[in-house]
Amino acid sequence: MRQIPRWADVVLVPLISLVLAAICATLVILAIGQDPWEAITTMVTGALGSAYGWGYTLYYTTSFIFTGLAVTMAFHAGLFNIGGEGQAQLGGLGIALALLFIPWPHWTVALLAAIIASAASGALWGAIPGWLQAKRGSHIVITTIMFNYIAYALIVWMLVDVLRPAGQAEPATARFGLGIPALSDIPGLNLVFTDAVPANISLFLALIACVGVWALLWRTPLGYEIRAFGKSEPAARYAGIRPVRTVMIAMALSGALAGMMSINNVMGESGRLLQNSSEGAGFIGIAVALMGRNHPFGVVLSALLFGFLYQGGAELGLWTSIPIDLRVVVQGLVILFTGALDHMVRMMLGVFFRPRKVA
Amino acid sequence: MDYATLLQILDSTVRLAVPLLLACLAGLWSERAGVFDIGLEGKMLVAAFASGAVAFLTGSAWAGLLAGIGAALVWALLHGLASITFRGNQLISGVALNFLASGITVLVAQTAFQQGGRTPSLSGEARFNELTLPLAETARGVPVIGPLYADVISGHPILTYLAVLAVPLTWWVLYRTRFGLRLRAVGENPAAVDTAGVSVARMRFSAVLITGVLCGIAGAYLATALQAGFGREMTAGRGYIALAALIFAKWRPWGALWATLLFGFFQAIALRPDVVPIPVPALEALPYVLTVLVLAGFVGKAIPPRAGGEPYVKER
Repeated sequence: MRQIPRWADVVLVPLISLVLAAICATLVILAIGQDPWEAITTMVTGALGSAYGWGYTLYYTTSFIFTGLAVTMAFHAGLFNIGGEGQAQLGGLGIALALLFIPWPHWTVALLAAIIASAASGALWGAIPGWLQAKRGSHIVITTIMFNYIAYALIVWMLVDVLRPAGQAEPATARFGLGIPALSDIPGLNLVFTDAVPANISLFLALIACVGVWALLWRTPLGYEIRAFGKSEPAARYAGIRPVRTVMIAMALSGALAGMMSINNVMGESGRLLQNSSEGAGFIGIAVALMGRNHPFGVVLSALLFGFLYQGGAELGLWTSIPIDLRVVVQGLVILFTGALDHMVRMMLGVFFRPRKVA
Repeated sequence: MDYATLLQILDSTVRLAVPLLLACLAGLWSERAGVFDIGLEGKMLVAAFASGAVAFLTGSAWAGLLAGIGAALVWALLHGLASITFRGNQLISGVALNFLASGITVLVAQTAFQQGGRTPSLSGEARFNELTLPLAETARGVPVIGPLYADVISGHPILTYLAVLAVPLTWWVLYRTRFGLRLRAVGENPAAVDTAGVSVARMRFSAVLITGVLCGIAGAYLATALQAGFGREMTAGRGYIALAALIFAKWRPWGALWATLLFGFFQAIALRPDVVPIPVPALEALPYVLTVLVLAGFVGKAIPPRAGGEPYVKER
């Protein structure tokens, strides 16, 4: 295979993969007898055409940054964490427990408690599969998937039998006493977001987490160990990096990031814990991380793209007869083209980057 | 628990083990040839949808089965294209195809049938109905063994017996034919097979296509035998449980049979709150918890095919 320049690898490959995924999605829309042009205009107006639309787009973006970072973190340790969904829901449970039973004096303190609670419970749900992989050799992909199902059942049980207030039919907790400010509550930003929007200050938390992940992975000894382990386990072992510790730390950090997503949706948007709170965001993290080339900066960009896709997809479900499930199709296509068919794109590009002939 | 209850549980064990067994054998073919397949779930799902839809439209379960196999083969080809031809990451390709299956089945089902992502329910010839094996009623009188034969072994759709037959067939092809030897060699040391003048890509594609056929049967079983029609996400993690069973079986056909019967038994007792007195959500989580425990504790040393998961790059 021909080598292509680094800039082409970083910029062109994801872009072309995205275009290919878009072409396939268009074909799918045509195949079910709908109008792709109507679909794209509905999505753009719905997601980006108003401050209100942006409020939703940024809300989804926040969740996807967290879950994308979670997948990125595990990927660098050579681990494929498909358990973001379960870890995010456990994070939501942690937040619910922290906010329902302790009367925090102010939302800033409550936010701090929520960060700790969600990160800790997500980390726990990530570290157990990590431990099983490192100590018992259970395949991390299968274990994390099983942990998604277990988390789902655990949350149902907690909501139906434990946390549901007496006399309420719906399986959900009571409302939390404290929430966090939405973007429309912040002076200055409220001039843009005049209506109440779900996007909230956890967006800034997500951006801080990006910088944190970048600094951790590329500027600390621990990050070096994680990346070295991910590149080659035998080499890392030979260099004195402890495999069990590295796997568990990477998975705990990954789970913590996925868990912190719940600050956005559970504490920020719904103000209580509902069933299936993460709504698939944990899985989208996989697409976001792949599209973002496993770099925190790329994760922000692709999370924004998926935020647009998600809000736009919801608008499709509302205003057209295209089912909302188109979002899952696009998600699968993006993972396929950016994650599995990236060599194909490189081969295609290689044709245009011929090595110069030496005369 | 009396004998009649035990027989009921064993009967549903068989019912629930069949899709797991077919998927597990499917995974065995693929992984023995060195191609990991997380996408069993997606292949079963598209097959379940295609067979449910076609069986409804034609009124024939056999037409549905063919459609299911066809759909699973398309998914298998995509997986082969990504992971063999273009040497992509096999895990990621599988995950992508699972999402694609999950979205597209509901999208098409909703567009075609307008029933919230389901296919209309099937009846009569559109389903694989239960067969009564010879002498089942006569044998019922024999103590202990008679009811076991009549209730557990007899009375399943034909696909169940096909699935059980697939076990010795898989064993024979893998261990007693030249094709099988080459296929296993491709999963252990592809370079050696290549040196002997056999195309690695071709062997791996054959394996991946066999995987597709078996997943197709598994999906058709779900939609046209176990249940009457396709429902959203009806595979419910069976593809992943089959992979766990495959590890438990140490990538061997007969092991696959026992492992999937065990996992089928886990699923069967999860359906019986009267026998296992724990809260229903805990019962629902039970098969998944037991899967984790089995993988973590009782597998012993399971050595996967050595070249598994790695694309083969021919030296130039």
